[in-house]
Amino acid sequence: MLARRIIPCLDVRDGRVVKGVKFQNHEDVGGIEELARRYAQEGADELVFYDISASPSGRTVEPEWVGRVARQIDIPFCVAGGIRSLEHARARLFGGADKISINTPALEHPDLIDALATEFGSQCVVVGIDSRVIDGDWRCHKNTGDPSKTSTEHRKTLDWIREVVDRGAGEIVLNCMDQDGVREGYDIDQLAAAREACSVPLIASGGAGAREHFRDVFEQANVDGALAASVFHKAVIAIPELKSWLSSEGVEMRV
Amino acid sequence: MTIAIIDYGMGNLTSVRNALKHLGADVVVSHDPGVLRAAKGVVLPGVGAFGEGMAHLHELGLASIIKDEIAAQNRPLLGICLGMQLLLDDSTEHGQHKGLGVIPGQVRRLAPPSNDPPYRVPHVGWNHVAASKTDGLFKGLPENEAFYFVHSFVCEPERPEDAAGWSEHGERFVCALEHGSVWAAQFHPEKSHKAGLALLNNWLEFASSC
Repeated sequence: MLARRIIPCLDVRDGRVVKGVKFQNHEDVGGIEELARRYAQEGADELVFYDISASPSGRTVEPEWVGRVARQIDIPFCVAGGIRSLEHARARLFGGADKISINTPALEHPDLIDALATEFGSQCVVVGIDSRVIDGDWRCHKNTGDPSKTSTEHRKTLDWIREVVDRGAGEIVLNCMDQDGVREGYDIDQLAAAREACSVPLIASGGAGAREHFRDVFEQANVDGALAASVFHKAVIAIPELKSWLSSEGVEMRV
Repeated sequence: MTIAIIDYGMGNLTSVRNALKHLGADVVVSHDPGVLRAAKGVVLPGVGAFGEGMAHLHELGLASIIKDEIAAQNRPLLGICLGMQLLLDDSTEHGQHKGLGVIPGQVRRLAPPSNDPPYRVPHVGWNHVAASKTDGLFKGLPENEAFYFVHSFVCEPERPEDAAGWSEHGERFVCALEHGSVWAAQFHPEKSHKAGLALLNNWLEFASSC
């Protein structure tokens, strides 16, 4: 049976891995390759690299470090941040990334999703969504890497999920912004609603603080994977122990 | 020992090259027929659509080389993902397409009983593999090891004895083939951490013994 995925997320800024709380006050947590190697060794099922400074400043990630990461690890990884064209995507995929994830550019130019899926296949097109409740509805946000540029979209999150899947997205990462970095548990209500709306793999993001949070999001929101950052970076939770505990709790794992 | 990875414009070959180099192989990525003829072993990787993959192989003049000069000569050939599917007779992906016809069989869409969780297609992620042959790709590997999959279509070999490994995603399907000197995996050994490297190493040992 298909295993649920445990996915450390590495927020990259200026070539280093950083971590913020609710998308602010970033602190340095290590080198990109060093952390990537460590997580692969520890049994991470996949890695996600977010260049969080890319979208607000109009830059894109350097394909060069994508290649360096690819030489270091032999598990799948996804690269996100400022990918605005087929050429940006191609450089990262041919550099060794397995998937590319788009967020703000997808909101600004939804046709990019169709173009990426047609060119490279849905299996490598991930759409990241930053979402929180505004006026009683879950709504998308963009440019969340820079608090001064973050803005609320008119789009409702669940409608956007249906649209991006129709356009060819092969996976959704739903980051529940109110939970980000606070380690109080995933937003089960929002993720369960997203699960209903989402016919492709769904990855939960934001809020992991204890091993029970992972079990709960797999059991109650039925997500395919759970993404987390600070609990891994700060060694609050060790991946090998997390995976064997989840397995003992009846969650299908690669252990 | 030189291993040639066939570059026919279907996806990222970097990871396959990195993994084989890591295992000590002398790796060349090429679509030059001369290079493929000279190599000790040949890898046909690939991600993407079946029809497009075959079209590229024909355009580059590689289809007949793979079939007549590598497979038919009992030289070591490893197909990965789309590269595995292309080895069969034909596929129903977006119409009907002829494959290389190296291994008798068909490629069809994965058909779990429903599209509801947990059986979504494409089948993406780590899944367990039961080896039905244990002296080839899976030699020395623990039973029921997990490998990384990304695919929507599966191979149905005509001869049951060609199946080397099975996985399950709503239905049981063949995920590895061993047909004489032609071996193949539906999953991505180059992305499957230690288990994947062990499997690739088994193939390299086989290739060097040929």
